[in-house]
Amino acid sequence: MHSVFPATVKDLGVGLARGDFTSVDLTKYYLARVAALDPRLNSFISVYPERALATAVAADAARARGANGPLLGIPYANKDIFCAAGTRTSCASRMLDSFIAPYDATVVERLTAAGMVMLGKANMDEFAMGSSNETSYYGPTRNPWNLDCVPGGSSGGSAAAVAARLAPVATGTDTGGSIRLPAAFCGISGIKPTYGRVSRYGMIAFASSLDQGGPLALSAEDLALMLNAMCGFDGRDSTSAPRADEDFTRELNAPLRGLRIGLPREFFDAALDSEVGSCLEQAIAVLRGLGAECREISLASTAYAIPAYYILSSAECSSNLSRYDGVRFGHRCADPANLEDLYTRSRAEGFGAEVKRRILVGTYALSAGYYAAYYAKAQQLRRLIKEDFQAAFADVDLIAGPTAPSVAFRLGQKAADPVQMYLSDIYTTAVNLAGLPAASIPAGFANGLPVGLQLIGNYFAEAKILNVAHQFQGETDWHLHTPPLVGST
Amino acid sequence: MLNAAQIEALSRLARIQLDARETAALVTQLGEILNMVERMNAVATDGVEPLAHPLEIDSRRRADEITEQDQRANLQHGAPATEAGYYLVPRVIE
Repeated sequence: MHSVFPATVKDLGVGLARGDFTSVDLTKYYLARVAALDPRLNSFISVYPERALATAVAADAARARGANGPLLGIPYANKDIFCAAGTRTSCASRMLDSFIAPYDATVVERLTAAGMVMLGKANMDEFAMGSSNETSYYGPTRNPWNLDCVPGGSSGGSAAAVAARLAPVATGTDTGGSIRLPAAFCGISGIKPTYGRVSRYGMIAFASSLDQGGPLALSAEDLALMLNAMCGFDGRDSTSAPRADEDFTRELNAPLRGLRIGLPREFFDAALDSEVGSCLEQAIAVLRGLGAECREISLASTAYAIPAYYILSSAECSSNLSRYDGVRFGHRCADPANLEDLYTRSRAEGFGAEVKRRILVGTYALSAGYYAAYYAKAQQLRRLIKEDFQAAFADVDLIAGPTAPSVAFRLGQKAADPVQMYLSDIYTTAVNLAGLPAASIPAGFANGLPVGLQLIGNYFAEAKILNVAHQFQGETDWHLHTPPLVGST
Repeated sequence: MLNAAQIEALSRLARIQLDARETAALVTQLGEILNMVERMNAVATDGVEPLAHPLEIDSRRRADEITEQDQRANLQHGAPATEAGYYLVPRVIE
């Protein structure tokens, strides 16, 4: 077995194609790293060594028969929100602790078809509700850069696993920042595609008009390779975007000369940590050096994105999570006295505190007498936010800013204060409300912890976002830094 | 602000049993969340059409043809209690 493998999916694919190593070698290597390091990180909820090795054997056999492809035989960590037939899909909730998925999510089906090897299911905030990975029933994931800090959420296990090289790439989902925030906090790259790009079939629902799957990886180029496999129209998702397949790597090497980049003044406000702000200034200077024209823009309505987001996402969650009733699947309380008792006690025992809070907020917002004041009002703000972005994109090609107002915070620091926790997503939720694509890529360090640069594109402009990200990563080495933990196997 | 009685009413609507300690914590927490949400009222939105979905697409319709296979056994495999293909719940009609 090789002791050192290349880090990125791109280079691993080249090595596999050249015969430098096999998928079985790689799979054993990552499984060994998981076994050695994950007790400290808790980035996986379930690991499937036998299943992974069997898939790797099949990938190597397929290659021997002449099959090829950039993802053939590449291992990945799968966020525990995507159903994978025959494996536990818990969504990090006690409610689904014993739930074995009866079918594959479309994302899993597509990655399997591309020849990828699922190592296991990654930790996350319960039902993807959280910004720190602390709401998981299976305990928090820790940040590989500092084990006393959170990895961000909700795709925190995915981000920590990739940052610590326990997997070269991972799936995630982003409802209000859940791919971008952990990517930023863990010093890796992540992209939330345009709403409708990645099928939601088999992806456990939180807020259906906002949820979107996407990849987390070590480079923009790897994100493009993953999007090629993950995106595509799916008749089983009623809101799947009817778009032709495209090659997301096609613009990676395009020059940035003349590209117009907007810097929203609302994203460089008093909430932004000054050291994070300094990193962002340097990142913008790099973009200018690459020939981009950066100019200030305004997205005034995004100041109201957090309240609008919490009303709409909680309302949708209260509806979506009504399916967990202790009858058809999931947790059922012991010895229910009657049907009402079965419902109320199963849900009380199965859901954690944050999920309960959001269901109750959503129930309140949708209840008679409050609907207009909360739900309808938030939907009106949602339109204003979308219109702000559309006005901005009349003048600029891309929008750049911070992913988060600060670097990763300490475990427990915000756990007791929901509103402070929600403000971690101050720069990310507007993108979900508008349904736009956005990435976070590494852009430096503040207080020894990674800083994320957020790149927001117009609808279906993922290739342009990845072009800018790839060019930025050609000029900087922030994405190549590794946490101290990486060398300690 | 919501009081304990209102939280209890919400918990009944949401079918989530709460104990006294949870209810007390939620009085504070939901109060703070709703305070934060009240900021929305600073924006005049009269006449703005609510936006339910970012892409503003109509739900796709499919041909009225049978496409699903019977998967009852597969889907009921993880159910808490079943009998003869039905889900079992406590007696509803005495």
